[in-house]
Amino acid sequence: MKQLMGVINLDHELDKLNELTYFRCGAAVPFGSRYRLIDFVLSNMMRAELESVGLFVRRKYRSLMDHLGDGKSWDMNRKHGGLFILPPDWNDPTDTSLGDLQHYHNNLDFFKRAAAKYIVFSGSQHLNSVDLQDLYTHHLEQGADVTLVYKKIDQLQPEHEVCMRVDVDEDRKVTNIHQEKDHHNVYLDIFVMEKKLFLEQVEYCIAHGESYFFRDVILKNRHKFKISAYEYTGYHSVINSLESYYKNSLELLQPDNYFGLFKENPVQTKIKYEAPTRYLESASVSNSLLANGCIIAGTVENSIIFRGVQVRKGARITNSIIMQKCVIEENAVIENVIMDKDVHLSKDRILMGDSRRPFVIAKSSKI
Amino acid sequence: MKKKEMVAMLLAGGQGKRLKGLTKSLAKPAVYFGGTYRIIDFPLSNCSNSGIDTVGVLTQYEPLVLHSYIGVGSDWDLNRKNGGVFVLPPHERENGSNWYRGTADAIYRNLKFVDQFDPEHVLILSGDHIYKMDYNAMLQYHKERDADCTISVIDVPLEEASRFGILNTEDDLRIYEFEEKPAKPKSTLASMGVYIFKWEVLRKHLLEDGENGDSSHDFGKDIIPLMLEDQQSLYAYPFEGYWRDVGTVDSLWEANMDLLSDNPPLNLNDPQWRIFTRNPNQPAQYVAPGAKVSGCIINEGCIVHGEVSHSVLFYGVEVGEGSVITDSVIMPKVKIGKNVRIHKAIISENTVIDDYMEIGIDRENKDEILLIDKKSKKRKTVTAKTL
Repeated sequence: MKQLMGVINLDHELDKLNELTYFRCGAAVPFGSRYRLIDFVLSNMMRAELESVGLFVRRKYRSLMDHLGDGKSWDMNRKHGGLFILPPDWNDPTDTSLGDLQHYHNNLDFFKRAAAKYIVFSGSQHLNSVDLQDLYTHHLEQGADVTLVYKKIDQLQPEHEVCMRVDVDEDRKVTNIHQEKDHHNVYLDIFVMEKKLFLEQVEYCIAHGESYFFRDVILKNRHKFKISAYEYTGYHSVINSLESYYKNSLELLQPDNYFGLFKENPVQTKIKYEAPTRYLESASVSNSLLANGCIIAGTVENSIIFRGVQVRKGARITNSIIMQKCVIEENAVIENVIMDKDVHLSKDRILMGDSRRPFVIAKSSKI
Repeated sequence: MKKKEMVAMLLAGGQGKRLKGLTKSLAKPAVYFGGTYRIIDFPLSNCSNSGIDTVGVLTQYEPLVLHSYIGVGSDWDLNRKNGGVFVLPPHERENGSNWYRGTADAIYRNLKFVDQFDPEHVLILSGDHIYKMDYNAMLQYHKERDADCTISVIDVPLEEASRFGILNTEDDLRIYEFEEKPAKPKSTLASMGVYIFKWEVLRKHLLEDGENGDSSHDFGKDIIPLMLEDQQSLYAYPFEGYWRDVGTVDSLWEANMDLLSDNPPLNLNDPQWRIFTRNPNQPAQYVAPGAKVSGCIINEGCIVHGEVSHSVLFYGVEVGEGSVITDSVIMPKVKIGKNVRIHKAIISENTVIDDYMEIGIDRENKDEILLIDKKSKKRKTVTAKTL
């Protein structure tokens, strides 16, 4: 869709997943057996066939760049447009911009070169499958300055606490934006607006010493702008803490979540050429998601297993998340554990976490 | 085009009649194998892993799937600026149009393609075998002997030798005779259908053979005997490792079953020699509570509620509660209902098996491998009963 371009802004996202984000940004954290968090927003943008997508990164983006490559996995390796990874490198001594406005200011060319008239902005922490085409159509029909996407959450969870909320009237207008903890309309960190208005506001804000676009433009002008609300009703989860990561991962084992997130709209990721997973005679597996390339000889229950994991005979994994290429030797026992990539767990070792506070093993450890 | 040391020509035009329903509308090299692959992935991945970056794929029978599957070759890392993979279907010329009349004829009709790269050697491959092989090691062997042709061979049991093209050699492995499916084989060195020729020598013989109206234009039947007659130097290259011709329903099933032991003879998990394939992009496989999976390989996108043992499940297969699958190959996107029993069968892609079906249970001929597809009547009348 030539009329719409995408921006994924990771600048305001905090790397609060402890060991999992020591060496990578939140968007690059592996999720759901074979994906990384960034895959979900990129797949939404791919389905909407956006002209070009800019990804604003600031810190620890090495593994993210490795994952994204030239954008081919999301059909974004285009002659014109496609995926642009835009790091914050800039050495203009007269530049006074701050926050994500600095990003936008430093990359004005990216916005100006695109033919698209509208921009959809998104973060990477809200997993969803919002139909961005439909959102765009809604925005035009409503004749709004800005359209925000929200979901009505029936049972609020701790991870929703930091999310913004929106008050919506019967005409689908946003009447207020705030952070009341027990309010159910959670803002999904996705909005659409016209490029021209966006650029005007960026310029104005920088001139007035502002730093964050959402806070300083949309929130401050919420009574001045015409802000429309787009309600989303599909699968949604927020990954902004280790606890929310663990809980939402294991909830993928419920069929509604598995189908809602993966099967209704396929999610793309970087391709690996792994053989299918092999279950030996001694394997015993129940209520688990497994990626390809695994060799399973032990017991796996209620767990998420990433690509290329080996579980040897007699080993037992329960309520755990085991990332790429871990090796669990014979008779080792793992319960309530998140194990990052390339961990080698020796024979007979026992690792136990608590179901509300999983034990996290950092990348490439040998135990 | 830049000069290449060796160009590979992959013969992928075969119909594969002995694979019955599997090749009704699919060329043999495109037939599924091993939970995620197609047969052609093996020679293409071998080329890629051997550092051979120029591959012509000769197609003829039902080429649509093959052509779109290969695409620009990026899945095998064969999308190169100089070289890469080229799909070569039969084509019309000034003096008329012809189908490929045989393996040698297919190369003969693509002389211009090979000539562009001005190669020293040409590697001829067929698209119907499952094996991992370093063609570069074979090229070194070929060069060391300054051979005009090197044929890769595998030692087969004497009682099976009459199924293959058999090479009779001197002690130094120089070939003096080639016999296609001999009744009384003199040796057990079977041709694997992998040849390296000096292009100059092959070119000359192809031109000669092309003019010969009595020839069947086949490498085994015509070109090799012709070269032996001309006193060219031909050597056998002994290959040790796993190699299977998967040209029949039985052998395809057997080769799939070979993958299921705890230490399979064909290791698909070797990071140094990956078998590349087009990724179907499916979510992780889900094994439900109450499911049993043992001695099997299962691909992404599968949802297993029942019991699967000693079987191969391709991507997107669903197995309902209470269903039991043993000794079978289930191809992509097959939906198996509840309380189904399947034994010793190949289920063709996209087939839907209703609840309470029995396939291959309590039948007389236990050795036969049942092939079930969407239109298959077998499961209803002969071997299946609805409870």
